[in-house]
Amino acid sequence: MSAVPSGEPLIEIHNLTFSRGSRLIFDRVSLSIPRGKITGIMGPSGTGKTTLLKLIGGQLRPDAGEVWVDGQNVHSLSRSALFALRKRMGMLFQHGALLTDLSVFENVAFPLREHTCLPESMIRDLVLMKLNAVGLRGAHDLHTAELSGGMARRVALARALALDPELVMFDEPFTGQDPMTLGVLVRLIRKLNDALGLSSILVSHDVAETLSIADHLYLLAEGRVIASGTPAAIQADASPWVQQFMQGMADGPVPFHYPAAPLQDDFHLPKVQECDRC
Amino acid sequence: MLSVLGRLGRAVLESLARLGRWFVFMLALLPALPSALLRPRLIVDQLYHLGVLSLQIILVAGAFVGLVLGLQGYSILATYGSAESLGVVVALSLVRELGPVLTALLFAGRAGSALTAELGLMKSTEQLAGMEMMAVDPLKRVVAPRFWAGVITMPLLAALFSLVGVFGGYAIGVGLLGVDSGSYWSQIQSQVDFFDDIVNGVLKSLVFGVAAAWIALFEGYDCVPTAEGVSRATTRTVVNTSLAVLGLDFIMTALMFDV
Ligand SMILES: Nc1ncnc2c1ncn2[C@@H]1O[C@H](COP(=O)(O)OP(=O)(O)OP(=O)(O)O)[C@@H](O)[C@H]1O
Ligand SMILES: [Mg+2]
Repeated sequence: MSAVPSGEPLIEIHNLTFSRGSRLIFDRVSLSIPRGKITGIMGPSGTGKTTLLKLIGGQLRPDAGEVWVDGQNVHSLSRSALFALRKRMGMLFQHGALLTDLSVFENVAFPLREHTCLPESMIRDLVLMKLNAVGLRGAHDLHTAELSGGMARRVALARALALDPELVMFDEPFTGQDPMTLGVLVRLIRKLNDALGLSSILVSHDVAETLSIADHLYLLAEGRVIASGTPAAIQADASPWVQQFMQGMADGPVPFHYPAAPLQDDFHLPKVQECDRC
Repeated sequence: MLSVLGRLGRAVLESLARLGRWFVFMLALLPALPSALLRPRLIVDQLYHLGVLSLQIILVAGAFVGLVLGLQGYSILATYGSAESLGVVVALSLVRELGPVLTALLFAGRAGSALTAELGLMKSTEQLAGMEMMAVDPLKRVVAPRFWAGVITMPLLAALFSLVGVFGGYAIGVGLLGVDSGSYWSQIQSQVDFFDDIVNGVLKSLVFGVAAAWIALFEGYDCVPTAEGVSRATTRTVVNTSLAVLGLDFIMTALMFDV
């Protein structure tokens, strides 16, 4: 569509096709995620943003096409090679996916305990540091059931960062955060990216925040990349689709509805008209 | 008529597919089992959940079964004038049959259902997927320790069940009905064979442990990740484990105790 971002990309996706049942989610999508940058991915709810992250992480298999991460074809890797690759990725799940039988502290410590032999004192320092970054150091004793939705997501964020990954995939990190926390998270993601040189994929519905921190944006809809470019380029994009999506208007080329039968079928409108008592 | 055939066909296909997934699960879990032994802490945690938390129901049930065996055994034996054999009757029925079988049935209801529900919930809240993304194999980290704990717990619970049952029989027989205390114990000592009875009983409960843990873990791992799916899987665990235990018991009894 538009120019591919410069620099050797970390992730390259070629002609990715994926369907759920009879519903085609991606139709020969190609895109690339640059190294050391924040790449925003936006699109209507249900387009497949989460699905895309799961395809990149190798949790789902494409019907056709390839996903290359750092020169490795994710879906042709052996299980152990895939696990080695995943140790270098952090993923913040949309719904947190915290381990409910562990405390906040143990959740963040989990990847460290599983993959390193660090002494307990070091683990403690690392975990408290990560929790401090998301503002939850004081909550380390809490059980996961005692967290609010926004807190749980921040714990999950701390856990995704525990192993200092090279690539972090944030699936809607801003949802359910108050404006202050949101500002902190935006700056945190930017800072991590710049200070540690990691590459980030940011899936978000918060237009203003995403525009403010992303270096590059992809807009997905109906199984395709609708637009891509820098935030400035996207904002300047005159296409009705992009304008409608960015400004949140209900009418326009972007369907607000999940594919559905015509209204009169679902509501039996013809029958109402034919009713002979009225 | 056609719709009946169609439904029958779908049911057959579905059970074949389940059987296939069962084998896949087995093949995936087998290589994960040895490495889980290297992390005994995880197994000990599960021993607590599966074993210690089942103690109450096992002890109470064992005591009542012993009491009933004492009453029934006495009333039958007394008609033949051999009430002093009460100890053997109680001990043998417990060690050979009732201990392993009833323990396994209670285990399915108490611990197996909990295992399935726990695993199913972990699946439906993406905890297992989350682990996978952290490069942690849930089969090794979650499933295998629970499997070992189930296999280890079952014989211990069955032994406790039988032990409590023998004392229950003693309480009724000796305490209430006047059987001689010395002959109650000495008959047990002389008639219960270590190899024929005790080892075979332990063997049975080991097999039941494998079956119960396997079924519970498979159902949880395989469940439809919704609230309804988890509840169905839990029910299936209890039903399938019970049937498997009774079927296996028949086969093993036929092989072990040549009549
Ligand atoms: N487990 C599943 N089984 C079947 N279909 C699924 C499953 N998960 C998602 N889908 C379908 O895949 C499509 C894409 O889902 P996905 O979760 O990737 O959307 P999304 O872009 O992340 O949406 P949102 O912004 O609401 O999180 C949806 O239409 C959904 O109906
Ligand atoms: Mg999503």
